[in-house]
Amino acid sequence: MNFNRRLFLGTGVVAATTLAAPSVFAAGHGKPRVVVVGGGAGGATAARYIAKDSKGGIDVTLIEPSRMYYTCFFSNLYLGGIKTIDDLGHSYGTMAAGGVNVVHDWAVGVDRDAKTVSLAGGGSVPYDKLILSPGIDFVDGAVEGWDLSSQNAMPHAYKGGSQTELLKSQIAAMPQGGTFAMVAPPNPYRCPPGPYERVSMVAHYLKANNPTAKIIVADPKPKFSKQGLFQEGWANHYDGMIDWIGDDFGGGNVSVDPNAMTVTIDGEVTKVDVCNVIPAMKAGRIAELAGVTDGNWAPVNAADMSTKADADVYVLGDASQQGDMPKSGFSANSQAKVCANAVRGALTGSKVFPAKFSNTCWSLIDTNDGVKVGATYEATDEKISKVDGFISQTGETAEMRKATYEESEGWYAGITADMFG
Amino acid sequence: MRSRFQLILALVASLAASPGWSEILGDPVKGAKVFKKCQSCHQVGEGAKNRVGPHLNGIFSRKAGSDPTAKYSKGMIRAGDDGLVWTNETLDAFIENPRALVSKTRMSFRGIKGTDDRLDLLAYLRGFSDEPLNIPEAEPIAQGKDHNFDPAILTIVGDPEYGEYLASECMTCHQTSGANDGIPGINGWPTEDFAVAMHAYKQKLRPHPVMQMMAGRLSDEEIAALAAYFKDLE
Repeated sequence: MNFNRRLFLGTGVVAATTLAAPSVFAAGHGKPRVVVVGGGAGGATAARYIAKDSKGGIDVTLIEPSRMYYTCFFSNLYLGGIKTIDDLGHSYGTMAAGGVNVVHDWAVGVDRDAKTVSLAGGGSVPYDKLILSPGIDFVDGAVEGWDLSSQNAMPHAYKGGSQTELLKSQIAAMPQGGTFAMVAPPNPYRCPPGPYERVSMVAHYLKANNPTAKIIVADPKPKFSKQGLFQEGWANHYDGMIDWIGDDFGGGNVSVDPNAMTVTIDGEVTKVDVCNVIPAMKAGRIAELAGVTDGNWAPVNAADMSTKADADVYVLGDASQQGDMPKSGFSANSQAKVCANAVRGALTGSKVFPAKFSNTCWSLIDTNDGVKVGATYEATDEKISKVDGFISQTGETAEMRKATYEESEGWYAGITADMFG
Repeated sequence: MRSRFQLILALVASLAASPGWSEILGDPVKGAKVFKKCQSCHQVGEGAKNRVGPHLNGIFSRKAGSDPTAKYSKGMIRAGDDGLVWTNETLDAFIENPRALVSKTRMSFRGIKGTDDRLDLLAYLRGFSDEPLNIPEAEPIAQGKDHNFDPAILTIVGDPEYGEYLASECMTCHQTSGANDGIPGINGWPTEDFAVAMHAYKQKLRPHPVMQMMAGRLSDEEIAALAAYFKDLE
């Protein structure tokens, strides 16, 4: 994607306000300033809640390069032909009405001494509290033969938007009886059931459009999220189509050749038609540039999501290393509310309530065959710690599975309304 | 039918350990009189048919909203799909306050507040489910344990500011717009119904694993705080 590296200001409304009072760059206007980097499930939620709950008492700026947000959650349903790309797109235009200044630019650096964030388009934005919610990037050299320059030949499709569309078009172009390969990621990674929901949705599409096609999954893990539920569903709906090769059978010993379109699993070379490489992940780059990471992720305090490195810098969602919560949009949204409450309390003296976290991940195996897993969490001195949880059972009735899928659609509408207003 | 001796034993046991009234079985003869309140909509016994409400033969162990020839609200069907099965406990909670157990049920009935009346009614209805007394450990002879909670819980006045913070967790799924597809809207829910419903999830009377988990860790004060917040949300 080719971004115009000038500073864009959100909607006409935002632009007008900002021209009248250029508060984004003005220091010393008295109001405490919060800057949020990254407008996904963590960042958009945090920005909106701080603006809403402070009732104008805090100046909130969201730095996000894209004008439309395409959710990574539910993108597998687009691959399966159940949702359209437009179903997944959400405009930042609604954020202004919620009191958030949106700056469409890349954050390229953080000066923690001067407390400023520098922008690719030039200039910098001062903050009192900085919230980073940058999602994920990929670990270099994680899959032999693959790097970011191969992402058009072998898409990761693990960030929402153009990569998802590319993978979809490649699947549609597969020859009859062709092979779809996935290289699954090692733990920890974004959306633990995501690769396996993707396998299900690709199978759903192929069953209708290319029924003799095959799916191979090379997995470096010996087991995966909701494994019993997925494998039951694959046997029920896509018998014989999916070959999952776990670590016990050499699934972790994998290399790819994007030019030859081959995948080598434990020494065996296979020519494939589509190869979805989902490499090992790490925190989005700005967290590393800010110097708040330790290894691949940013360690945070469970009570408020502040980083171990800097009490005025917070990290939300996938990029954080927080303890027991999975990396998911739901988790990021949950963490954002705890963080928003704490940040507002620190800046305005409002009441700070105890941290409570929760997560639920729904996955779709076939039309109206939804399953879910979830848990609640609390903050301890060491980490975010699991309290209680549940998972769908194998052998549930079709009515219950349908209700679970309908519930996931309700959740999608709920969380996107919660993020964007 | 249990003998008088067993009944007394159960009564003594329940007093000794004070586990609540639900250990005690009601009187089906008195229950037949209580059933008069239900008769305008429900039939039970030989030849009973679905009328305004479903017939109640074999109601124990039946999945909620599952008779294909009966008319149900969307809420009742959703509750059944989520796993609500009629047992001594769930029927008791439903009859006490229908809307608190099943939101927007078609059953426009205020409920029976008297514990004895409900026990008697359930004892009467048990007579029309298959040999309930001959199936030890199985419904409907299995006894509920936790439904009873202190009515003082409902008099707790919640802190709406805390409620607003706690409600942010609800808003990941339940929309402030009150949208009702897939996940029900919960705006403007009367305080008492809200609190009873949350306690019913907490006690696993209402089905649904997510809600049982979410409500399961809320304190009485937190439920009151949420109830205070949602009451005024339009």
